[in-house]
Amino acid sequence: MTTRHSNYTSWGRILHAPHHASRPASTETAASSVTAPTEATMLGHGLGRSYGDVALNPGGRLIDCRSLDRFIAFDRATGVLTCEAGVTLADILAVICKPDPDGSGWMLPVTPGSRFVTVAGAIANDVHGKNHHLHGTFGRHVREFDLVRSDGARLVCSPTENAELFHATIGGLGLTGLILRATIQLRRVPGLAVEAEDIRFDTLGDFFRLAGESDATWEYTAAWIDCLAGGKSLGRGIFSRARPAPGIAAAPPPRAPRLSFPIKPPMPLTNTHTVRAFNALYWRKLGIATTHTRSVGPYEKVFYPLDAIGHWNRAYGPAGFYQFQNVVPLAHAEAAMREMLQVITASGQGSMLSVLKMFGDPLSPGLMSFPMPGATLALDFPNRGQPTLGLLSRLEAITVAAGGRLYPAKDGVMTAATFRQGYPEIDRFARSIDPRFASSFARRVDLRAASGI
Amino acid sequence: MQAPSPARKTIAIFGATSDIAVAVARLYAEAKWSIVLIGRNEAALAGTRADLLVRGAPEVVVQTADFVNLPALGQVADTACDALGGLDVAFLAYGTLPDQAACEADAALAEAALVINFTSPVLLLGELARRFTSQAAAGRIGTLAAISSVAGDRGRMSNHIYGAAKGGLQRYLQGLRHRLHATGIAVIDIRPGFVSTKMTAHVKQGGPLWATPDQVAKDITNAIAVRGGVLYTPWFWRGVMLIIRAVPSFVFHRTKL
Repeated sequence: MTTRHSNYTSWGRILHAPHHASRPASTETAASSVTAPTEATMLGHGLGRSYGDVALNPGGRLIDCRSLDRFIAFDRATGVLTCEAGVTLADILAVICKPDPDGSGWMLPVTPGSRFVTVAGAIANDVHGKNHHLHGTFGRHVREFDLVRSDGARLVCSPTENAELFHATIGGLGLTGLILRATIQLRRVPGLAVEAEDIRFDTLGDFFRLAGESDATWEYTAAWIDCLAGGKSLGRGIFSRARPAPGIAAAPPPRAPRLSFPIKPPMPLTNTHTVRAFNALYWRKLGIATTHTRSVGPYEKVFYPLDAIGHWNRAYGPAGFYQFQNVVPLAHAEAAMREMLQVITASGQGSMLSVLKMFGDPLSPGLMSFPMPGATLALDFPNRGQPTLGLLSRLEAITVAAGGRLYPAKDGVMTAATFRQGYPEIDRFARSIDPRFASSFARRVDLRAASGI
Repeated sequence: MQAPSPARKTIAIFGATSDIAVAVARLYAEAKWSIVLIGRNEAALAGTRADLLVRGAPEVVVQTADFVNLPALGQVADTACDALGGLDVAFLAYGTLPDQAACEADAALAEAALVINFTSPVLLLGELARRFTSQAAAGRIGTLAAISSVAGDRGRMSNHIYGAAKGGLQRYLQGLRHRLHATGIAVIDIRPGFVSTKMTAHVKQGGPLWATPDQVAKDITNAIAVRGGVLYTPWFWRGVMLIIRAVPSFVFHRTKL
């Protein structure tokens, strides 16, 4: 096994750390690198789209899985796909999700806001998308996967075989071992194009009303919130909803971003003025007098608006940015969201892109899965040091008080107490952690293997 | 890449487990070509085969061969040509990047590097040329393509065993192109610059000169489609090497290139 001393960075560009990285070319070499007799802890790594520190293991080993990119089998009749851990969702879309002559086709059952993530990363973070209210998390559509552990065991994990490891690995943040390959169930859609609507709304209450009436018949829903609007306009925004357009074909989006952010600017391009301008413009994106638009076309713009520009995270400058995403149970959702928006407005630290969505009932098989029925708010803040950390800490406190939790894939700051309170299965999960796997996140929230395994 | 014609198109890839070869094979699979994969590692070839079938190749045949076994190369060429009933393209992608200092210290290492990077591809191309010529007489005008390197363009202190082998291969391809011109068979000399692959994994990488196998693969399939003669990939290497070749010795000898 050859390892290189390499720098890896979180997507939020706050953590840059040297790692002993290896990039196995096959699942066999990956398996043997997991059992290599070294003292250092290890962690699997994919495309590095996690914003915080879940995908990094500073000072330790990183097994870079990007070369495990082979498809293994696809059954066109049933939509069951088997592939290696490092296959990307962009690759699945490009290779598999091509329309039949009648426009219908196989589609990813769940996709996050970026298609540049790996299958194993999607499982480890149990990612969700705009269709959570109907189809739940990515992990719900995983039939089985191969997991290799540091003791040399290579295990097939499914709901019926090694079931405990199956449930622990979905949303298990890569700590239960290394996923080598996975089998997922794709979803048949009557048209690969989508019918999409944007609806402007004036208050937070309107959001909950729109979500309530849309979620049964619209597969994909989410809202952009103007987080700089206070007072009577607090919580105003644009509600986006979409669903497959029967009989209408759409070609897959490109496998690489159309444009790339080519440089690392020495200062953030996202400052108070640009955030203000962006939010003000976005509020008017439907036009001055229009409050409702409808279109039918490819899903790229609906699902992956940020994927159009590669390395967009560089725009936040050398200090990077924090993401924040929480979920608050239904009973406290509206009050907690209102309080958070008030805190953000008062802080003057606008978020460039604030997204509000309702999660639904479908349960994830993952013990540590993030979503639960309720409202979820995603925010990003340029890193301005103490004021930003202070704001994040207030938002965290509001979440905890409302019985909610934060999303590890986006988090850079939560305390061990917040994590423990939010994830009641933590002790059961800890029993499945591989003692030689670790991450920066796991150390921060004091998540370690329970003794006796 | 150009749209494939409705008739079955076939390509044989020699050294099919290299990163550039896999990237090229995937593009042909998506264009619905049938593919023969030739290499040493049967398990890796089987994995690539499954991948290419999912990606759209109608048929993929796996063939094991050791390219340093020179007397067997005629048989290797025969088997590959017959696997799918004739070939439209033969693509040679194997080679190693030897350590220059080690080659200077040990003639056996230098010899091994010359065999895998020069002697073997030259002999295999010779075998393929004969079969492609008889195919051409029957109306199937194919293409022979091989990866040389920008390192073959000028001898340098840091890698002239590799450079000599690749430079020799360039000359052979040039002569073969001349010889086969009348038959219509295209002979393509692919000269990549720095590419991030398993072969270069031990070299410090990064910066604008380094390309990915996917970028290089697109250039290769385009060059094969237009039957171009010499391909520098990425494109800027043509200019870079023009300058490197033109630098006078009294300047060049002061560098550590």
